[in-house]
Amino acid sequence: MSLLEIKNLTAKLADEDKQILNGLNLTVEKGQVAAIMGPNGSGKSTLSYVLAGREDYDVTDGEALLDGENILELAPDERAAKGLFLAFQYPIEIPGVGQMTFLKAAINAQRKKNGLGEISTPEFIKLVNGKAKELGISQDMLRRSVNVGFSGGEKKRNEILQMSLLAPKLAILDETDSGLDIDALKIVADGVNAMRSPDRAFVVITHYQRLLDYIRPDVVHVMAGGQIVKSGGPELALELEANGYADIVGKAA
Amino acid sequence: MPAVQETVEQVRSIDVDQYKYGFTTDVEMELAPKGLSEDIVRYISAKKGEPEWMLEWRLDAYRRWLTLREPEWARVHYPKIDFQDLYYYAAPKSNPAPKSLDEIDPAILETYKKLGIPLREQEVLAGVAPENRIAVDAVFDSVSVATTFKDELAKAGVIFCSISEALREHPELVKQYIGSVVPTTDNFYATLNSAVFSDGSFVYVPPGVRCPMELSTYFRINEKNTGQFERTLIIADKGSYVSYLEGCTAPMRDENQLHAAVVELVALEDAEIKYSTVQNWYPGDSEGRGGIYNFVTKRGDCRGARSKISWTQVETGSAITWKYPSCILRGDDSQGEFYSIAVSNGAQQVDSGTKMIHLGKNTRSRIISKGISAGKSQNTYRGLVSAHRRATNAKNFTNCDSLLIGNKCGAHTVPYIESKTASAVFEHEATTSKVSEDQMFYCMQRGLTQEEAIALIVNGFVKDVLQQLPMEFMVEAQKLIAISLEGSVG
Amino acid sequence: MNAVTPIRTAAEQSLISAYAALRAAGAPAPAVEDLRAQGYSRFEASGLPHRRVEEWKYTDLRAMMREAKPLAGAPDASTLLAAKVAVGNIPRIGGSRLVMVDGFYSPELSDTGTMPDGVKVTSLANAIVGRPEIVARLAGSAAAQANAAFALNAAFLTDGLVIEIAPGTDVGHVLDLISITSAGEARLINARVLVLVGEGASAGIVETHVGPAGTDYQKNVALQVVVGNGATLEHGRRQIEGDQALHLATLDADVGAGAHFDTLTLTTGAAVSRSQLFTRFVGENSKATLRGVTMLRGRQHADTSLLMDHAVPHCESKELFKHILDNEAHGVFQGKIIVQPVAQKTDGRMMSQTIMLAEGPAMDNKPELEIFADDVACGHGCTCGELDPDLMFYLKARGIPHGEAEALLVEAFAREAIEDFGEGPLGVVEELREAMLATILDWMRARA
Ligand SMILES: Nc1ncnc2c1ncn2[C@@H]1O[C@H](COP(=O)(O)OP(=O)(O)OP(=O)(O)O)[C@@H](O)[C@H]1O
Ligand SMILES: [Mg+2]
Repeated sequence: MSLLEIKNLTAKLADEDKQILNGLNLTVEKGQVAAIMGPNGSGKSTLSYVLAGREDYDVTDGEALLDGENILELAPDERAAKGLFLAFQYPIEIPGVGQMTFLKAAINAQRKKNGLGEISTPEFIKLVNGKAKELGISQDMLRRSVNVGFSGGEKKRNEILQMSLLAPKLAILDETDSGLDIDALKIVADGVNAMRSPDRAFVVITHYQRLLDYIRPDVVHVMAGGQIVKSGGPELALELEANGYADIVGKAA
Repeated sequence: MPAVQETVEQVRSIDVDQYKYGFTTDVEMELAPKGLSEDIVRYISAKKGEPEWMLEWRLDAYRRWLTLREPEWARVHYPKIDFQDLYYYAAPKSNPAPKSLDEIDPAILETYKKLGIPLREQEVLAGVAPENRIAVDAVFDSVSVATTFKDELAKAGVIFCSISEALREHPELVKQYIGSVVPTTDNFYATLNSAVFSDGSFVYVPPGVRCPMELSTYFRINEKNTGQFERTLIIADKGSYVSYLEGCTAPMRDENQLHAAVVELVALEDAEIKYSTVQNWYPGDSEGRGGIYNFVTKRGDCRGARSKISWTQVETGSAITWKYPSCILRGDDSQGEFYSIAVSNGAQQVDSGTKMIHLGKNTRSRIISKGISAGKSQNTYRGLVSAHRRATNAKNFTNCDSLLIGNKCGAHTVPYIESKTASAVFEHEATTSKVSEDQMFYCMQRGLTQEEAIALIVNGFVKDVLQQLPMEFMVEAQKLIAISLEGSVG
Repeated sequence: MNAVTPIRTAAEQSLISAYAALRAAGAPAPAVEDLRAQGYSRFEASGLPHRRVEEWKYTDLRAMMREAKPLAGAPDASTLLAAKVAVGNIPRIGGSRLVMVDGFYSPELSDTGTMPDGVKVTSLANAIVGRPEIVARLAGSAAAQANAAFALNAAFLTDGLVIEIAPGTDVGHVLDLISITSAGEARLINARVLVLVGEGASAGIVETHVGPAGTDYQKNVALQVVVGNGATLEHGRRQIEGDQALHLATLDADVGAGAHFDTLTLTTGAAVSRSQLFTRFVGENSKATLRGVTMLRGRQHADTSLLMDHAVPHCESKELFKHILDNEAHGVFQGKIIVQPVAQKTDGRMMSQTIMLAEGPAMDNKPELEIFADDVACGHGCTCGELDPDLMFYLKARGIPHGEAEALLVEAFAREAIEDFGEGPLGVVEELREAMLATILDWMRARA
């Protein structure tokens, strides 16, 4: 069974009559790293939000199966509990809520759903400090409120920190590379690579080959007009880098 | 940090509409005859064995009160109160003035224990480091039933006792200060309180003394149809410091009960008073039946130069809250602070805020108010900041934010900002918004349930104020807020 | 408490007899008689407002209006001639000029030659004849009706102007409306202007209120505005009344769907003045910007009181008011944003800022939010203080003299409220902005 199977997914803005996903089909296998590329506004972030359950969108048709179960009716936290993780393109700031408080609440929510007791404070601190260090996240950042006062790149690293703490089954990384400096890009990629495993999959949304040099994808999908219009191997990304989207998108449209 | 987890726990485990302090205690009470008259005022004064001047003071207030009308400017609505249909005095019959804990009705001791306020010093002492000890004055309806750690405080020269006792033991101090901050003529409820106040706490900290422990009073309304009219007077003499905390609960009843307190604080030169309140009177049910009418006058006078008074309040209870803890910044270089969290849910109505009156030079004040409205409640911040002509270089910073949860509640902000001095710098900012959907989604994407996410975000919203509370009460207050917002989503 | 006012002040008594006389003389139309009676009955019930009436807390009209001046009659030929000279000295802003003398529209002094098609200007006395829809509009919003100054204005309703802008008309230039008080014995001037901006039309109007110095005339004016769906109105106002005058002005505006309303007031005149703005969104997706600059010296008193009513969803309002106070002047700002239960997705931001140039002035602020809908982003801010000493020092360190440094900073402070006025589709109010900035600089120069 595939880890993620999206069939004919159609979604519109909740507030407006604007359809963004137009019968999208996509399958992601366990252990796979799938890259999604596509022009600005093609609906990549929308896809990730719809999968994670953001309320701004209405699904009007289709389904999305995670481990064979349709997740589209579930609340966002239930989807998270099922192992879905989204690294946001624009991480949200939560003033007043301490980073550590937040991380602990998320970890404990997950543990509880798995029938585990709460994590002890020393264990938690050790865990976070270890991961933070790997990702070059300073103690000072851990002391601040969630994403408040973080630079663009720091926010992205923070998303990856959360991912590694929550160890999801399926991680969707929405332009996690944008805003990262070269060293950080390498650190983030190492973080992802270290987590690659036969029963975990990644969907990496990006505009640049650069990230894919570090995180080698198994497949590359091209999205345009709210659909996957072409799929191929890693060489597809190189092709896009050289020629742009005009050929593919033009043909599909 | 653990508090959030606890909050989250609490939110999960508590039923909607559950007020955990809603039980009643069965003790035989002695009540004054119902209604209000000069005779009742005399009755109360006699019961307390007060000096003649105090009776005259009360009678003056009573006569004045007869000429006053209930204020109507606040954004609160309730049926007219029949002041003749209340009991103005209720004391446990067994022993209204117990000399030691052994004389107290065990049912009352049990009540406080259930509320988490042990009155036996040895129980408090067990496992508590000396610096974390808290002295408690326990007021049950109209009388103080016990005050703990009095002897230890006395060693430091600190007087901490019920106001009734202070009137007997330290009449000259009481006479000098009572009514000097909130005059008997101040307002309808304060005047009523002056006539019929029953009990409350008295604190005097002598010059240069830093009070060796936190002081606290725990108010409990138990009897039906009884108004509670407590009076608290705290005097911090030159260069002294005291931190005081007040807590309150009441049984769940279908009728409304009146609580009209007066609190006066006096800070002399270089003195500091920190006054914290966790107000959790019974709020009524979600339909607005029952609950306490909390009509309170609290005022602090920074009488001496460089004195400081700081009010922190967490208001989650009461059907109606009408209270404006204020600071008169009379001494040069004096400072006033007001930190407030007011949570309203169900049919609660809150009209609360502060007054910072800058009279002295270089006076500073700071107001941080966080209002959270849910259910069908109405939550109003009302405040005054003023600088008089001679208050040169006065400074105020005000931040009042309101958060709305659900679309049936209201949040209102009514500040008055009056300056008569060019060199005074006033800055005021206010915002009203709802819990951000983006923040909710972000938290839920990380696996938190809707209620957990709300609790977390609300805790973030009120954090600046919570931090002002003494450590021991921060966790308690955090839980209380989460419980108060129970059932506000979904 | 404010319902019963048993003892009438001298001013109240004169107003009562003035009304009786007006009634005896008869009204231009029966409908006017009704409007007057409605306004009068409100005045009769509560009298002149005083400080215990919350909305008048800081402007105690009963105390400030010791006596009421006799009601001004229509100007005679010599008055008009004198007014013509005075009006001629006021530089024109925009295209057509409309002139009211002592509250009466004067076609002779007006210049409507360049008036674009689609704009109809009629004296109020003529406009109401046989036009029930106009009469209905004149009744005003509930908020205005409940207001004491507006009620008095209704009680003495006689003349003024009705400006109708046909749907789709782009006026293309500003209507320059002068409201002048003639010299001579001090009187009470009462005028009403109604502006109806048709659907999709756009227009700009500038009001200038002037009068003689040294006489304590009284003026109570009301401007009612209906901005139709998809319409735009930019409204400027200069209050440069004589130094002894009492000036009361009410703006009552209804803003339709997808409409745009921008208003800017510069107040430098009158001994006592109050500008009231009642603005209400009646259609969705609209925007209103209310702003003002008040500069007071001596013992001048000026009050700006506004009510922004978000009665429908998806509207945005912005309120920005600046006060510059010198000597012993007294400034007042009361602003209230109401968000009704249905008005989700409201955006409302209000700011009031004050600079005091001397030790003596007083400023009272009361910015209020009254919010009954949850999906809103509303806020208000308020600051009060002297000019930033660090900035003053920096300027002086660069060799700029004290007075000039003050003028620079005050101008920058005021400019914020003026700067983007008329940035909307019209863009023809540049002249007004320039004129206002010039007034501000003149005002600062006059201090030295
Ligand atoms: N909440 C929203 N409100 C209005 N428009 C939206 C919303 N969400 C998405 N859209 C529109 O839907 C389209 C797809 O947006 P989306 O963010 O999914 O694109 P994307 O492929 O992620 O683009 P990018 O590469 O720039 O990140 C765009 O036209 C966008 O403007
Ligand atoms: Mg995107």
